[in-house]
Amino acid sequence: MRKLAADLPRRLRALGGEGDARLLPEARLSGPMPWVIAIMIALTVVAAASALALRHAAQAASADLEGGVTVQIVSAAPAERQRQAGAALAALRQAAGVASATAVPQDQLNALVEPWLGTRTGDDLDALPIPALIDVRLSGPADTARLDGLRRAVSPVAPAARIDAQSSWLAPVFRAISALQWAAGGLIALFAFATASAVLLAARNALGIHRETIEVVHMLGATDLQIARVFQRSMATDAALGGLVGLFAGVVTVLGLGHQFAALGSGMMAQGSLAWTDWTLLAGIPIAGVLLVMVTARLTVLAALRRML
Amino acid sequence: MNQPAAEIVQFDNVGLRYGTGREVLADVSFTLYPGCFYFLTGASGAGKTSLLRMLYLAQRPSRGLIRMFGTDAILLPRERLPGFRRRIGVVFQDFRLVPHLSAWDNVALPLRVAGQAEKDIAKPVSDMLEWVGLGDRFDARPATLSGGEQQRVAIARAVIARPDILVADEPTGNVDPEMAIKLLRLFESLNRLGTTVVVATHDLHLIRKVPDSLIMRLDKGRLSDPTGALRYPPRRPSGPGAGVLDTADLA
Repeated sequence: MRKLAADLPRRLRALGGEGDARLLPEARLSGPMPWVIAIMIALTVVAAASALALRHAAQAASADLEGGVTVQIVSAAPAERQRQAGAALAALRQAAGVASATAVPQDQLNALVEPWLGTRTGDDLDALPIPALIDVRLSGPADTARLDGLRRAVSPVAPAARIDAQSSWLAPVFRAISALQWAAGGLIALFAFATASAVLLAARNALGIHRETIEVVHMLGATDLQIARVFQRSMATDAALGGLVGLFAGVVTVLGLGHQFAALGSGMMAQGSLAWTDWTLLAGIPIAGVLLVMVTARLTVLAALRRML
Repeated sequence: MNQPAAEIVQFDNVGLRYGTGREVLADVSFTLYPGCFYFLTGASGAGKTSLLRMLYLAQRPSRGLIRMFGTDAILLPRERLPGFRRRIGVVFQDFRLVPHLSAWDNVALPLRVAGQAEKDIAKPVSDMLEWVGLGDRFDARPATLSGGEQQRVAIARAVIARPDILVADEPTGNVDPEMAIKLLRLFESLNRLGTTVVVATHDLHLIRKVPDSLIMRLDKGRLSDPTGALRYPPRRPSGPGAGVLDTADLA
């Protein structure tokens, strides 16, 4: 009876199917690994969220501006400006490929220049040579051929007209966004590399600490894969734990940053919010992290074991 | 005299040197047959442990040929090594118990490594520990066991999987004479079941207790054959004590 009682904990453990999990002391394999992985995952989540938000902002702005064309009537004489604007508007509405053409009302133009020129009592904005603007929407993208076609249609009736694709105004912004997206991708790659390096060092360290035990277990007939599985499982557990902590920290950071940017009230920033698919992608980062850690640990341990007889 | 079956281990002109040092073993040739009981003797530093390391596939020789279980053990692909090692039970001179595992788990290790189900492990492991007198120390960690207890755990671990060859390096060095005899009887029981036993020891009294044993002696890295163990077929003594040499012969 006493023997049975003494044997009970072991029998219960056996029911858990621990198998080769107990070949090595798993709990002491990885040390600070969970925290390293948590930091890496949090940074990766923030970088990935930034890249996704920038992509959305760029896509939304690009879609808005893709078929947009601005026609300016630049003439110092108000009457002539209004005459050419009217003629240009009529010509544009007749032109092929134009979905809509709308003259920007004068009060909107005044509002646009107001921050720079002021609105003190007695100011005569009409005396300023502010160009007349026509907002044109094309049925397709505003490419060079379409712009040339518009110029041919407008210039005979409005020689003071200047026609530009709206997207060209934001081309430097798009280039900057693209550069930021590449930078975010590069950061994610660096975080992955740093994580793999940390796992590699931790695995080698653990191998060194447990070298004697590993040799004994080898002599008892354990395969390289059995030993690698123990390390792999231990580090996967660490990575899962660190990944959850990192995901939580990353998501809190992203939400905080989103709140701050939303408060800016900029239209472009508002379009950079994350969709549920993006959140799903972010939630997949810890899983990718665990897989990366498992593969790195496995390859590191197998390579090291191959150097042992 | 029993006519031996096909050899289980064959060393042919085996030499071993560590690094660029001198050869610690030179021109070692012998054959082990299934079911035989061998003692390996020799002074300290004669190369007994090095020879045993090659025997349990922890060390490759610098030269020569080793065949085990009918296969060239030197050219054995790495993925086949575990299968061979599972057929060899080893009692290390320094026990080499896994420090974080209990006595029970240390003994269970070879069975777990071999992939046996936990339900099939419990009884044989408990019985084996009972048999070596450690029935009340199942959960003790190696650090809390005495030298003799650790040695008994190491022996239990080596024999639990019923290996084809049992290799023991000074297996009774840390136990009292009574326990030494008991452990020797365990080795003999295994031997009667067909396990080839190779015991490295200085203890002549121990050798005398196994009259049917064959003795190989290492002297400065070279093997001699005081009881005809290396002959083919090996001379197996028929009477009690007939194969045991006098102390003077081994000195």
